[in-house]
Amino acid sequence: MARLNVKPTRMVLSKLKGQLKVAVKGHKLLKDKRDELMRIFIEQAKEIKTFREEVDPKLEEVYQSFAVARAVVSPEMLEEALMFPKTSVSLVATTKNVMSVDVPSFDFKQSSNDTDSVYPYGFATTSGALDQAIEKLTALFPQLMKLAEMEKEAMLLADEIEKTRRRVNALEYVKIPAYQETIKYIKMKLSEDERGNQTRLMKVKDMMLEEERQKQLARDAEMLAKADAS
Amino acid sequence: MNRIGIIGDADSVLGFKAFGLDAYACLNKDEAAETLHKIVKDDYGIIFITERYYMEIEDEIAKYAELRIPAIVAIPGSDGGYGIGLSNVKRAVEKAVGADILFGDK
Repeated sequence: MARLNVKPTRMVLSKLKGQLKVAVKGHKLLKDKRDELMRIFIEQAKEIKTFREEVDPKLEEVYQSFAVARAVVSPEMLEEALMFPKTSVSLVATTKNVMSVDVPSFDFKQSSNDTDSVYPYGFATTSGALDQAIEKLTALFPQLMKLAEMEKEAMLLADEIEKTRRRVNALEYVKIPAYQETIKYIKMKLSEDERGNQTRLMKVKDMMLEEERQKQLARDAEMLAKADAS
Repeated sequence: MNRIGIIGDADSVLGFKAFGLDAYACLNKDEAAETLHKIVKDDYGIIFITERYYMEIEDEIAKYAELRIPAIVAIPGSDGGYGIGLSNVKRAVEKAVGADILFGDK
């Protein structure tokens, strides 16, 4: 495991200890975040799946109705009938916050000057199939909006989960072990220095004692010599 | 206030136009991509793209994946569904979880 390239001093040690603490705390928080995001996401994905399976066939039905309408009414007529939509849909996109991920929330309004009819044409030149098709589409549309909202949310959540997972893994498998390794290394280095110092001191003390003893011996010898002379 | 757009072949978008969406009928994928790039900068909240074009211009669409809006969503076109919507969700699951745990092999 890679050790950080730092000088083994007490200063660095205490700084690293602080960083390790932060990393561990952050790791725990991110892990919790990831788990919760995952839970929401899985729920969402399941819902989308069933929703999709429900909406797609319905939409195909709509197309079929349009196909029938096209078969009955001449293309020019159809084009003409649908040329100017009577209703307009407006969408208010707001932001929802899911675990600090901004996801859109759509609220759509269908505005029409004429409330009881969505058909932008008179009934004289068109067939009933067209009416049916438009009716079906109108009924289906809120679901389509919901689907759009949920799918976008799921995509954004998936992105966020991936990012969070990377961060968790980076902390868990790279950052935290590196800190621990470095802290251990510095501690060992420091105590090694400490031991080195200790032995040096002992050695110096020994040397000083030895020197003192030699001096004492010399003094004693001198005194003996003096005593012999006198 | 946002608008809703739909990009697809003429047959598919016709009905949506009647409904009041901004319909962009495209003849080929280049046109679809061009339209997408153009309208993505406008205030669209949702852009529906029929699955066939969605498939063909997927790379272009991916550029906008990180935007909060517009939500670019695949819907089946008049030429039938290709299951893009579901496979998108499937891919999202794979990305998030690391394995496909919802759909199995299909």
